[in-house]
Amino acid sequence: MNFDLTEDHVMLRETVRAFAEEQAGPGAEERDEHEEFPMDLWKQCAELGLTGVNFPEEYGGAGMDYVSYSLTIEELSRVDASLGVTISAHSSLCANPIYKFGTEEQKQKYLVPLATGEKMGAFGLTENMAGTDSSATKTTAVKEGDEYVINGTKIFITNGYYADVYVITAQMDKSKGNKGITAFIVEKDTPGFTFGKKEKKMGIRSSATYELVFENCRIPAENLLGQEGGGFKVAMTTLDYGRIGIASQAIGIAQGAYEAALKYAKERVQFGQPIANFQVNQFKLADMWMKIEAARLMVHKACYVADNYDNRTLSPYAAAAKTMASEVANEVARQAVQIFGGYGYTREYPVERMMRDAKITEIYEGTSEVQRIVVASHILKD
Amino acid sequence: MAKGIWVIIEHHDGEVRKVSLEILSKCREIADKTGDPLVAVIPGKDVAALADSVAAYGADKVILVDDAKLEGYTTGAYTSALSKVAKKEEPAAIIIGNTAIGKDLAPRLAQRLGAGMASDAVGMEHDDANFLSFKRPIYGGKAFATVSATSKPVVATIRPNALSLGEADAGRKAEVVNEAAEIDADDLKAIVKEVALVASARPELIEANAIISGGRGMKGPEHFAILEACADTIGAAVGASRAAVDAGFIEEKFQVGQTGKTVSPTLYIACGISGAIQHLAGMGSSKVIVAINKDPEAHIFTLADYGIVGDLFEIVPLLTEEFKKLS
Amino acid sequence: MNIVVTLKQTFDTEANIVLKDGKIDATGVNMVMNPYDEFAVEEALKLREKDGGEVVIVCMGGADSEKAVRTALAMGADRAVLINDPALDASDEWVRAEVLAKAIKDIPFDLLLAGRIAVDDQSSQVAVRVAEVLGMPSVTSILKLDVDGGKATVTREIDGGTETIEVPLPAMLTAQKGLNEPRYPTMPGIMKAKKKEMKTVTLADLGLNAADFAPKMTAPVYSLPEARKAGVVIAGEEPIDAVKKLVKLLHEEAKVV
Repeated sequence: MNFDLTEDHVMLRETVRAFAEEQAGPGAEERDEHEEFPMDLWKQCAELGLTGVNFPEEYGGAGMDYVSYSLTIEELSRVDASLGVTISAHSSLCANPIYKFGTEEQKQKYLVPLATGEKMGAFGLTENMAGTDSSATKTTAVKEGDEYVINGTKIFITNGYYADVYVITAQMDKSKGNKGITAFIVEKDTPGFTFGKKEKKMGIRSSATYELVFENCRIPAENLLGQEGGGFKVAMTTLDYGRIGIASQAIGIAQGAYEAALKYAKERVQFGQPIANFQVNQFKLADMWMKIEAARLMVHKACYVADNYDNRTLSPYAAAAKTMASEVANEVARQAVQIFGGYGYTREYPVERMMRDAKITEIYEGTSEVQRIVVASHILKD
Repeated sequence: MAKGIWVIIEHHDGEVRKVSLEILSKCREIADKTGDPLVAVIPGKDVAALADSVAAYGADKVILVDDAKLEGYTTGAYTSALSKVAKKEEPAAIIIGNTAIGKDLAPRLAQRLGAGMASDAVGMEHDDANFLSFKRPIYGGKAFATVSATSKPVVATIRPNALSLGEADAGRKAEVVNEAAEIDADDLKAIVKEVALVASARPELIEANAIISGGRGMKGPEHFAILEACADTIGAAVGASRAAVDAGFIEEKFQVGQTGKTVSPTLYIACGISGAIQHLAGMGSSKVIVAINKDPEAHIFTLADYGIVGDLFEIVPLLTEEFKKLS
Repeated sequence: MNIVVTLKQTFDTEANIVLKDGKIDATGVNMVMNPYDEFAVEEALKLREKDGGEVVIVCMGGADSEKAVRTALAMGADRAVLINDPALDASDEWVRAEVLAKAIKDIPFDLLLAGRIAVDDQSSQVAVRVAEVLGMPSVTSILKLDVDGGKATVTREIDGGTETIEVPLPAMLTAQKGLNEPRYPTMPGIMKAKKKEMKTVTLADLGLNAADFAPKMTAPVYSLPEARKAGVVIAGEEPIDAVKKLVKLLHEEAKVV
């Protein structure tokens, strides 16, 4: 069992790290304060091929493995978690379902430009009354001739407004419950599709979070993604893989916070010595290191399963990785602020932003509670 | 038998560059021990008038290589002319200042003569074991490598300001000879089309005795005027950290640091500079470092000889006034 | 236009330097492509984008230098030659230049590019020496390059400003910071690099014999600088008091103003 990253992984990690530090780092604080979407950086990410890391070359991707994808999101998030989730949501939640469930035509039409970053993607599942209870979808889709007509509102959609392509779910037959939910591809600027509220958030403030509003929005029949009634499966499978992205984002946040705290502890002198000399801080930093190591290993294990097994097998591993990584991120970021003391609470240092960013990783793409349900049902099944 | 220590003299506008005189001073000391003649070689056009300055700083002999083709420096013409004279005279060592010209000429000359070379030395010594040994900074000055030659001649470039300037003895006389500049056509392929010098009343960073530098704490390009006013009271150059350059406050040519310029002034005043390791690589060999920073935890305070914790926008103007009172 | 870029791998500029048994200890040090060589690679790639041709990397180093070479391939260079021979461990600039020149001679090229200096040894000699061995002009520290019809027009850095030089190709040009902004390797680039040719050669493969290349300089003796001690932070009731004290110390104690 080889725990070393391959040379390619190392090169990728160093490249994305250099890009993140040099290009995303300098403006991260300001973008966060002004809730400014990182459009310039998105374009640079596209040029570097970060928007389709693990899709096959024939579809415009780089043909790399899930560890490569994880390292990409981790390294971006280490510097700017908003940028990290922008890429992750685009890749895992929009491009991936089209890759897994799309027809060849849909892949050519949508997956290729998504992988190359020519287009940005988003995923519309969540609604006002359908968060954790995602099957309570109230958005409807009705087949009329060679079109579907969509009505409803989606909330909390990452990359909303900026994305060109949206994979959304809608209910076609309430009597069938889950089995009536259907997935569709909707393009921005389709008549009847507009954007509602932009959310003001605690963290990942430069990530765009918008409402999607569908009012008799007509889309061509060929924009059906998968089968009618197969949408819930599309969504759940998408989330299984997507959780690797969020887990990676969380590891990145944790790593960034830990490194900042470590550096500060070595420089900050109180009582005549660096505070890193005090055992209480040494233990905090040691705990951070251990937890991040452990959580990252879980994420990489989930990546291995994603590359080598089916999504059913992946499901509990991805859920576990996301749970552990997000809880570690919150713990580490919080302790990092503590080590910084008063300075950590100010905007002069990045750790307060990291702490605010960390929280959402325990919530979106399935709360930690939902993840535990996934794991429990896996371990308890006969 | 190779004998004689050569110093290639660099000059500008009728004046010998300080680094050449520093090298002469040191080589004078060494030549007194080894018994080698100390030879100042002056390539250029109309260089005869410079002979007196180099004699005053210790040259026993001056070789003038005076030619129209050597009026402006070019790699090829200088390499050709100097290597021919060197092959004739067979010096044991050829020392040049590590200036833009020195950096360009020395390796080419060394290879043409089949010689080893020590670059950017900050120390030069003679002892029984080694005719000449050179101490040179590596890894951005985080370490030193001391080398000497296994054969003669040896070529070396010396960092400006690293060696002390001796006393000039105006009464000292040197033998002055002329050598023709033999320049192969093959060495004249590169042609200088234009030279664009930026006139500055302030000294060149790499030669300045005093430098006042600004970092990220300068907050904007317009504030460098505060440093300029201070610099002018003590004849200092103005420098900057990479952070200030990257933030667009000042041009890259002012950058001091590992990927900028390496400086060795007697006095280095760092304003609003945190003291990143790469900046230190560029100024760590300054004799006296003063730090002005409002962050008492700034790393630069751990190696500054003197520091003031305060707002540079308040401190530097006060410093300017106090410096004025000194003169 | 075919271009050869010589590059080397160096310590990351952030690395701390530790001596072990009198040698510089590379344990745990992150190795990277010499930053100045990145400018050379980038310039070569830009020229190829404009005029076509091949960009070949030539690197002298141990097997671990493959990392820097692969990075250049991932940036877009076409193929690479790695000169790896233990006999070269104790080489000086003269030896390295002679060997590199021999390796480069076998590659068809119109232009040679290199970084102007390596951030580890800071010698800034080898590229110019190579040009001399190959009998072609060298122009160092270039900030701008245009190539047209077998001729290069460069702007280079000199003390106090810049100068513009025209030089016929082939020539060796060394890159100064400011020449360009090196591109990041792209993800597809990293994947493609795996399939590009990286040939490792020894002195024998080059038809050379180590015995013929005795260094002209002795093996370096390494030392560390004396640690600068923290000095004194000058306090004062008012800023003007601290400033007055500082100037007094600079004038009377340090005697630097």
